[in-house]
Amino acid sequence: MAEATVETPKLDRRDFVSDQAVRWCPGCGDYAVLAQVQKIFPELGVNKEKFVFISGIGCSSRFPYYMNTYGFHTIHGRAAAIASGVKLANPELSVWVITGDGDALSIGGNHTIHLLRRNLNINVMLFNNRIYGLTKGQYSPTSELGKITKSTPLGSLDRPFNPTALALGAHASFVARAIDRETAQLQSMIQRAHSHNGSSFIEIYQNCNIFNDGAFAPMTVKETKADKVLWLENNKPLVFGAELNKGIRLDGNVPKVVEIGDKWSTDDLLVHDETDWIIAMLLSNFTYQDEFPNPIGVFYSVDEPIYEVMLDEQIKFAKKNKGKGDMQTLLDGTDNWVVE
Amino acid sequence: MIRFAGDSGDGMQLTGTRFTETTAIVGNDLSTLPDYPAEIRAPAGSLAGVSAFQLHFSSKDIHTPGDQPDVLVAMNPAALKVHLADLMPGGIIITNESAFSPKNLKLAGYESNPLEDDKLDSYELYSIEMSRLVATACEDMDISPKTVERTKNMFALGILYWIYNRPLEPTINWLGVKFKKRPELIDSNIRALNAGYNYGDTVEIFTTRFAVEKAPLAAGKYRNINGNFATSAGLLAASEKANIPLFYGGYPITPASDILHSLASFRHFGVKTFQAEDEIAGISSAIGASFAGNIGVTASSGPGIALKSEAIGLAVIAELPLVIVNVQRGGPSTGLPTKTEQADLFQALYGRNGEAPVPVIAAQTPGDCFYAAFEACQVAIKYRTPVFMLSDGYLANGSEPWSIPNFDDLPNIHPDFYDNKNGTPFMPYARDDKTLARPWATPGTRGLEHRIGGLEKEDMTGNVSYDPENHHHMTELRAQKVANITEDIPPTEILGSTSGDLLILSWGGTYGSCRSATERLQNENNRVSLVHLRWLNPLPKDLGEILIRFKNVLIPELNMGQLSKIIRADYLVDAQGLNHVRGRPLRAADIVTKAQKLIG
Repeated sequence: MAEATVETPKLDRRDFVSDQAVRWCPGCGDYAVLAQVQKIFPELGVNKEKFVFISGIGCSSRFPYYMNTYGFHTIHGRAAAIASGVKLANPELSVWVITGDGDALSIGGNHTIHLLRRNLNINVMLFNNRIYGLTKGQYSPTSELGKITKSTPLGSLDRPFNPTALALGAHASFVARAIDRETAQLQSMIQRAHSHNGSSFIEIYQNCNIFNDGAFAPMTVKETKADKVLWLENNKPLVFGAELNKGIRLDGNVPKVVEIGDKWSTDDLLVHDETDWIIAMLLSNFTYQDEFPNPIGVFYSVDEPIYEVMLDEQIKFAKKNKGKGDMQTLLDGTDNWVVE
Repeated sequence: MIRFAGDSGDGMQLTGTRFTETTAIVGNDLSTLPDYPAEIRAPAGSLAGVSAFQLHFSSKDIHTPGDQPDVLVAMNPAALKVHLADLMPGGIIITNESAFSPKNLKLAGYESNPLEDDKLDSYELYSIEMSRLVATACEDMDISPKTVERTKNMFALGILYWIYNRPLEPTINWLGVKFKKRPELIDSNIRALNAGYNYGDTVEIFTTRFAVEKAPLAAGKYRNINGNFATSAGLLAASEKANIPLFYGGYPITPASDILHSLASFRHFGVKTFQAEDEIAGISSAIGASFAGNIGVTASSGPGIALKSEAIGLAVIAELPLVIVNVQRGGPSTGLPTKTEQADLFQALYGRNGEAPVPVIAAQTPGDCFYAAFEACQVAIKYRTPVFMLSDGYLANGSEPWSIPNFDDLPNIHPDFYDNKNGTPFMPYARDDKTLARPWATPGTRGLEHRIGGLEKEDMTGNVSYDPENHHHMTELRAQKVANITEDIPPTEILGSTSGDLLILSWGGTYGSCRSATERLQNENNRVSLVHLRWLNPLPKDLGEILIRFKNVLIPELNMGQLSKIIRADYLVDAQGLNHVRGRPLRAADIVTKAQKLIG
């Protein structure tokens, strides 16, 4: 979302740090995300007063208190709806929704999909730790089937939501995934989301070291990381592995993991295309499937008509068509009479 | 009163007769006035060929067929043209859209289609493709299209049976006898009748109308206005006077949807309407818009308001301007969507968690919805608080002649956005000495970056605070802020003497009945006065001293005694209620009877 950058004062990280003590548990993945946001925001070229952070309820939703920008810590699940009102009232603002897997996909699932389908120019950062942290450890809508928690002592019975697939299903115009520990990549996703015109959806794998420690460990520990992460690069073949010796090949419509070597070369691999919804959906479906690596990066990015821009055009059209509204004319109506 | 009008071949006399028979069966008194065309074979679709049947019915004695029908069934453009002038303001028009062809429009002398221009804006129009719908209802039958077409009068009759809650059986039995030898006609007519009845149910045609007693009007310019349009115009007028955009977030619900429709047609004023994914998103988006400096508004009816409760609490603690319109209908739950009621007073006053005071204003007539909506915005902006405006289905859909205000005479509203000119550290929860309102600093203003939210706020700084003393203090501040609104409420008007044997105390849409009853009692030399409340929270500060000057207090309400309980609790007055929830307005006669009982 590129805003006009008139008289931008030179900003640095400290400009975005509020005077409030950060209260997440020591070691929480949220710290890493906050740090990257504070680091990258001065470089976005937007005046600080134009930023608004809107959150719902949950650990991650405390985020706005720690950013020295405009912020609104609202009610459970409703951040996307409140952010929509903020953006529609003042499209000049750079609006960021901070939410979690429960907030955005359970209690607020409806608002999330509708925000994305409308394509308001709002950025959604979904901190996915696959657990309920603030309420102390119940399973979440992204917890894997059979998750044993306080509320599911014999294992959870509901299949998990896949956030990127849900966003793609709602036809979000920008869908990406990041990991809290991969700071450079996370910064780059924040920057991409910011520069995208339309709704941006970033799922951030975030470790809850108290209630779901190690949920994403295969993707972050040295021994397994290379085999478990598929870094997405636009127009590049889908290659992964410590030796970059594995790739994703399409066998008909079915994706397969193949070894690069005698039988297959990189030329046989599927080439990522950020504008191809089918590829994005296919990659998204790797989630929760052990035989596949987890795609990290931009799944999908296309330009679609933007809601608030179209609303503004309607207002201009109506003014041109009917003339600027005149209150007395409206009150008089077309059918009035005078009593002497 | 209903008037059926159509081409002489449309079966209007028959339709009228059937409705009459059924109405007689349910025990209403009635009077009818058939109006056949002189030229029984006048050309189809022409003005001369219009046949009509008028029926006036009531549970009271009726001596005339009445002057103005409430409902006009116009089966073609000619019928509309001939009978529209008689229809009461804001009445229901039911038309067969299929008959509004260019040829028929021309025959009736219409230059443009009245169903498509704004000529019928002040009526409640149901333009229905009856010909197509009856054809669909009978599509698997082996009968001619012409025969099917002729069942459309039964479709129209079905709609009226729904509106007036009449049984279908008498007509079904009659059809059985009449077409004994042609079973296919029994079947097709019954299908059309049922289809019409189900149509009325599905589109939730509102069934209680606002009745205006004929009274001489003061000099001035008038128009007819219904409550929902007046509400929309009042909201817009306030936004224009405050010079800030109006943002409306809402979700369709009977009987409030017309507010969304009207506001959506005000795009040329810059109004932003947002049909949200649900009731919660409707109010949430409005809160977001208010945070960003618009006047945020949402409207709904009881079930939708219930969904919005948590967000209203957020607006209370965030201390942002917001207007919530509740067009009340029968409850609980889905209840009676098309019937009026006043049973959401407690919901407006108390329907939230925690100590969450919200000002509540109630409109008293359709035209008064304009002023109530305007005042709700004034208070919301001045005190930085959500405000409830209570309307009801009866006011919303009812029309009355309305003295058109001069827009320039309405007061300006001052949003007074905080701009930090003096450069001192910004305190988002500092307060105005007089109103206790906090500063409204909108995103985009340099140097005023701050965070608000639903967690308890520390006094002055607005930082999150769990301090027990601070919570108690903030709770008192929020209550005092709402209480301070009494300073803006003018002295209470008393219709009648300032003391006496009985005070009738009313609020909202029962104003008309209570006023009529009071005047009747006064004319019979009873010492009776009327006070009609506009603000239900806070109550006017002079109310207590008025109440004690009367020997009896009677509170008529379309609920089981909600205002009565408040008055009894707040003023320790032995107020008596007159309560019913039968989905129709209170009758002045019932109020008079109850009053006479009280004063002996």
